[in-house]
Amino acid sequence: MGDHHHGPAKGLSRWLFTTNHKDIGTMYLWFSFSMFILGGAFAMIIRAELFQPGMQLVEPAFFNQMTTLHGLVMVFGAIMPSFVGLANWMIPMMIGAPDMALPRMNNWSFWILPPAFLILAGTLFMEGGAPNFGWTFYAPLSTTYAPPSVTYFIFSIHVLGLSSIMGSINIIATVMNMRAPGMTYMKMPLFVWTWLITAFLLVAVMPVLAGAVTMMLMDIHFGTSFFSAAGGGDPVLFQHIFWFFGHPEVYIIILPAFGVVSQIIPTFARKPLFGYDSMVYATAAIAFLSFIVWAHHMYTVGMPVAGELFFMYATMLIAVPTGVKVFNWVTTMWRGAMTFETPMLFCMGFLVLFTIGGFTGLMLSIAPADFQYHDSYFVVAHFHYVMVAGAVFSMSAAVYYWLPKWCGRMYNETMGKTHFWISFIGFNITFFPQHFVGLAGMPRRIPDYALQFADFNMMSSIGAFIYGASQILFLYNVIATIVAGKPTSEAKTWEGAEGLEWTVATPAPYHTFETPPQVR
Amino acid sequence: MLRVSSNPVVDTVVKLASTAVIMFAFVFVVMVPLYNVLCDALGINGKTNGEAYTSVQAGVDESRTVTIQFVATNNEGMPWDFGPSVTMMKVHPGASNDTVFHARNPLPQAMVAQAIPSVSPSRAAAYFHKTECFCFNQQPLDGDSSAEMPLQFIIDRDLPSDIHTITLSYTIFDVTDMVGGSIAAR
Repeated sequence: MGDHHHGPAKGLSRWLFTTNHKDIGTMYLWFSFSMFILGGAFAMIIRAELFQPGMQLVEPAFFNQMTTLHGLVMVFGAIMPSFVGLANWMIPMMIGAPDMALPRMNNWSFWILPPAFLILAGTLFMEGGAPNFGWTFYAPLSTTYAPPSVTYFIFSIHVLGLSSIMGSINIIATVMNMRAPGMTYMKMPLFVWTWLITAFLLVAVMPVLAGAVTMMLMDIHFGTSFFSAAGGGDPVLFQHIFWFFGHPEVYIIILPAFGVVSQIIPTFARKPLFGYDSMVYATAAIAFLSFIVWAHHMYTVGMPVAGELFFMYATMLIAVPTGVKVFNWVTTMWRGAMTFETPMLFCMGFLVLFTIGGFTGLMLSIAPADFQYHDSYFVVAHFHYVMVAGAVFSMSAAVYYWLPKWCGRMYNETMGKTHFWISFIGFNITFFPQHFVGLAGMPRRIPDYALQFADFNMMSSIGAFIYGASQILFLYNVIATIVAGKPTSEAKTWEGAEGLEWTVATPAPYHTFETPPQVR
Repeated sequence: MLRVSSNPVVDTVVKLASTAVIMFAFVFVVMVPLYNVLCDALGINGKTNGEAYTSVQAGVDESRTVTIQFVATNNEGMPWDFGPSVTMMKVHPGASNDTVFHARNPLPQAMVAQAIPSVSPSRAAAYFHKTECFCFNQQPLDGDSSAEMPLQFIIDRDLPSDIHTITLSYTIFDVTDMVGGSIAAR
């Protein structure tokens, strides 16, 4: 530890061998953005095919590969790593720690990710094509009827699961052990709180996902029959195991987004967050409930009525803590001295659209009604309102909010606002009509549709191209900021911002808080 | 709280890594058996008991008649001719009934099959007792030959009174490649 104040190493080895939380956070963010572009390209192919009824551009088999890879890449490649990147950058700075607790493991958990996705994307060029069974990979589609590339898919899921578990262990170890003196749990910024709870969810359920794909591997190659009725197994068991992972997974995606919004809204409302304690308890309540609602994804498999009722009521219960959060954000803004910079616009967009997604979720939770909505475009509309307008909007907000702190340059506000409005309008043109075609009976994951859905689908596709294009503007704005943005050295980029990350110099030095700050 | 190391970071890491390992094992040693136990106990998915029922002398309830329908399906790629000898029977709860399914292997080589039963409505599964069934075992059949496969069953006298018709469906699977592995009929 002789040379204490060294800067970053030079060249490629800086990124390959770095143990610096800021470097690793940056790599996570760029990696997740490149996956966002890749998954977005798959989505554009889907929407181009659905632009008109009939088959125009791609074969049905390839269309299935696109829906599968779009889901997998967006969930595991874009959204999850982007929040891990944000956690890496911000958590040590928010709790006054010099770095993550386990910097070497941090390096590993990032660097095993790109190979995992290289393998997953590589399946596109293999014999039989990429996985085509949907991102939920239900057996027996993913076992008996799967293309040979399924083995590579299983391996990539194992690797990215390992990466997530290592990342979460690191975050929990950091938050529990490296807080600055005086930073009690109930003084932690809400982003740290939501990530702490998310990390516990990840440690609990990523191994379950690993178990599910291991069973698939054994059924395919080693003669077991976990999911094969011929050997005494049961395909429905797969759905139970998958959703026991899958439901907590959706909260893994959305809780850090809640954290981001809870940081940004108080800044631009110039008021402290309303109901901090209730925010923490609501987050914990959502995390707990996420473990006992999984079968609401599978109302139609033939459960006893008592089971349907239990999962229906338990699911509806989640609306209570979620409602507490929405009301707290609204109350934070109430009578605040509000301004509407880009991060705030994205947060308000989040608030409106996520709430719509929450309401359609409540509709889907009603077991008897779900038989109509199940596997329709209504479900697609619902989860894009929570995943895109929830997670992706809050991620965009986070980038605009902290980018000046990261690189010491201010982004172009006009371009940021343009990005927001094009995203907001494009997003709604894409997904709002999908509610209608879904309720009218258009099934998801099918490359063709009945003629009466043609107008709404064309609208959806146009919206998708607009939304896709707005992300190119985002990329341009970020690069332009880093290369030639207006330099700023104000420690507090935003006058209403609170928190330790705003006490360090701008741009944030390579090493921060080598001496822990004293919190009140 | 149990401490496994004096270094708090190591302590946290060891506990969390163990949690991850336990959750991985949980899928195999808890979730799978628990699912099977629940399905057997509650008759979920119309699963019937995989073992022969020992009949108890409780008398025949001649005041009730229940219609039993038989359905046979071949799993994809299964070339056998497989079906019930009668598609419908009217039976009294408590009485022992016999029927046969016929099977023919049209291919030149010997094959092994496994029939998987399912009862609908699934609530009735727990009241459908099989004292003898070809589904309890794998069924080998030489090339180009046929066999009669017996089924003997009793409908429980406690069958809920609103159930008048029960459908017993068999799907026959080709398990020739799996023979040698452990296969339990359910």
